[in-house]
Amino acid sequence: MNERFEKLNEEKVFKDPVHRYIHVRDRLIWDLIGTSEFQRLRRIRQLGTTFLTFHGAEHSRFGHSLGVYEIARRIIDIFRSRGDWDESQTQLALSAALLHDVGHGPFSHAFEKVFGTDHERFTQELILGDTEIHDVLAKVSADFPVQVADVIGKTYPNRLVVSLISSQIDADRMDYLLRDAYFTGVSYGHFDMERIWRIMRPSEDQIVFKLSGMHAVEDYIMSRYQMYWQVYFHPVSRSAEVILTKILHRAKVLYESGYSFGQTPLQLIPLFEGGMTLQDYIRLDESVMLYYFQTWQQERDKILSDLCGRFMNRRLFKYVQLSKDQLIAEDALTDAFREAGIDPEYYLEVDSSSDCPYDFYRPGEREERQPILLLMPDGSRHELSQESDVVASITGKRRTDHKLYYPKDSVLALPESSAVRKKISELLHFPT
Amino acid sequence: MLEEHAKVAELIRQAGGINGRRKLQKIVYILQKLGVPFYETYHFQVHGPYSEELSLQLEELCDFGFLNESWDSENGQVAYSLTHGGEEFLNGHGHLLPDLSPIAEKLLAQQNSFLELTAAMLYFDTLPTEKVIEKVQSLYREMKHEQIRSAMDYIATLRGTRSEFQTVG
Repeated sequence: MNERFEKLNEEKVFKDPVHRYIHVRDRLIWDLIGTSEFQRLRRIRQLGTTFLTFHGAEHSRFGHSLGVYEIARRIIDIFRSRGDWDESQTQLALSAALLHDVGHGPFSHAFEKVFGTDHERFTQELILGDTEIHDVLAKVSADFPVQVADVIGKTYPNRLVVSLISSQIDADRMDYLLRDAYFTGVSYGHFDMERIWRIMRPSEDQIVFKLSGMHAVEDYIMSRYQMYWQVYFHPVSRSAEVILTKILHRAKVLYESGYSFGQTPLQLIPLFEGGMTLQDYIRLDESVMLYYFQTWQQERDKILSDLCGRFMNRRLFKYVQLSKDQLIAEDALTDAFREAGIDPEYYLEVDSSSDCPYDFYRPGEREERQPILLLMPDGSRHELSQESDVVASITGKRRTDHKLYYPKDSVLALPESSAVRKKISELLHFPT
Repeated sequence: MLEEHAKVAELIRQAGGINGRRKLQKIVYILQKLGVPFYETYHFQVHGPYSEELSLQLEELCDFGFLNESWDSENGQVAYSLTHGGEEFLNGHGHLLPDLSPIAEKLLAQQNSFLELTAAMLYFDTLPTEKVIEKVQSLYREMKHEQIRSAMDYIATLRGTRSEFQTVG
C-alpha cells in the first residue's frame, strides 16, 4: 500500500439517518473531515431558509458532504468488484466527493445575489489556498489539490470521475434528494438508490444505465421533480430567501452611506467593501449571521429592523403569481408603493425559477450538456426520455414560475378608504 | 424587475435575433468575460461553459411572450427573436447594456464549435497561457494546436474591441 494512502488502524464510522453508517477507512479522508474548514460545514444548513417552512430541515452541509462521500465510496466498491474501476482514481474521487460543497457560506445563494460572491470559487480557493484542507491534500502529492479542484470544477480530463460527483445522476443529487426528503418529512423524494448503483455502467466519458433498471431511474427523476416543486421552490421558503436578500442589501446600502450601526457588523465589512479574503469568508457561518439578524431588530433604521424582525419571527412576505401585465405596469406598481410609504426597493421583489439553485431533469438541446443515457441490450445508448413515457411526460413540462413578493400586512395596514391601498390591491389582484 | 432577463432580451434585440441555444450560451459567457454586465452563473460542462440560469431565463422570457422561440429546421436549432411584448418590456428598462453591435456581429459570424473553444479558453483565463493550452488539450483531445492558437488570436481581437462598446451606453 502506498504510504500516501495510509489506512486507519481501525475503521471509523458515523451514524447517519440516510445511509445508516458512513465508513471511513482512509487516513486522508479522516484528516480532511477533521480540518476546521470542513467542520465549519456543521454550522451551515443544507437547505438555507427551508427550515422556516419545513421545521425539520435543520440538517447541515456537513452531513450532506459525508453522505456524498459515502455514496461515491459504495459506487466505487461496486465498480471495483466488477473490474470496472481504475484504482488510481479512488482517493481523488472520494476527496472530491467529500469536499464538493466546502466553499458554501451561510445562506450562500442570498450572499451571492447581493455581494457577487461565488461559493464554487471559494471551494477552489479552500482547496488550493493556504488552508488546513490544502495541507492535508498536498501530503498526497504536490498536484493532488489541483486534481481535486479540477474534479469539483468539472474540468478534470477523466470524465468518469467527474460524472460520479457531478452529472444528471450523481452522488451529490442522490444524497441531497434522500437527505432533504428525510429531514423535511415529505413523503416524496424516495427512490431505490442501491438498485441504481447496480445498473450503473461506467464508460470512458460518463456513467450509463442498463435498460433493465430504467424504472429505478424513473423513480429518481420523479423524486427530483417532486422535490423541486414541493420543497426547493416552495413559495414560503422563497419568501424567506427574498427577505434575507433584502436584509443583506439594506445592510450594505446603510454601510455605504456611512450609517452608524448600533451593532457594527465587523465580520461583514470585508463583504461590504468588496475585499473579502479567504480567511474572512471562513469566519462566516449561520450563527454569525443569525446573531446580526437578531440584534439588528433593535436598529434605528426602520427598514433593517423591520426586515430582520420579519425573518426572525417568520412574518414573511405574501405573493401573487406574476403576470405579464404586472411586469409591463412595473412603474405604476412601484409608484403606488412609494406613495404608500413602502419602499419598493426592499418590499417588492420578483422571484423566478431561475433564482432557485435547483432544477429537475431535462435532456437539453443536443450537445448542450450530458443527458441520462440508457444502455440498450444491443450496446447502443438511448436518451432516457426516448424510452420512458414517465420521464417524457415530465421533461415536456414547463419548468418556470414567477411570483411577486410583497408585505401584504403593510398594505392592509393602510387606511381602508385610501386610494393608494385600492390601487395596490387592483394592481396585485387581491381583494381589499 | 427581472433586470437580468431584460439584458438577455436586449442582447437578442441588438443582435437582430440569435439562432441556437448553444451559440447564445457561449456569446453571453464571452461577453461576460469581456466585462459586459451579465451575471449568470456558468459551470463547465462537457461542451464548455454552460449556464442553467440563462437557460431558464430564456424559457421564462418565452413564457411571458417577450421572446419568440422557433425551430430553424435548416440548421437544426432553435431561433430566438424579440416580440412586440418584448419591446414593451424593454421600454420600461432604459439602457441596460452598451451598444454591442461591433462585437455581436463578430460573435454571430462564428461557428458554434469555435465559440465553444473560445469560451473554454476564457474559462481558464486566470491560468498562464501554456497552462490554458495544456488544459484545453486535455479536455478536447481532438483539438489541434492551430485551432487553439486561432482562438487565442480571436480572444485578443475581442479584447481589442472591448473599448468600442465599453464607452457607449
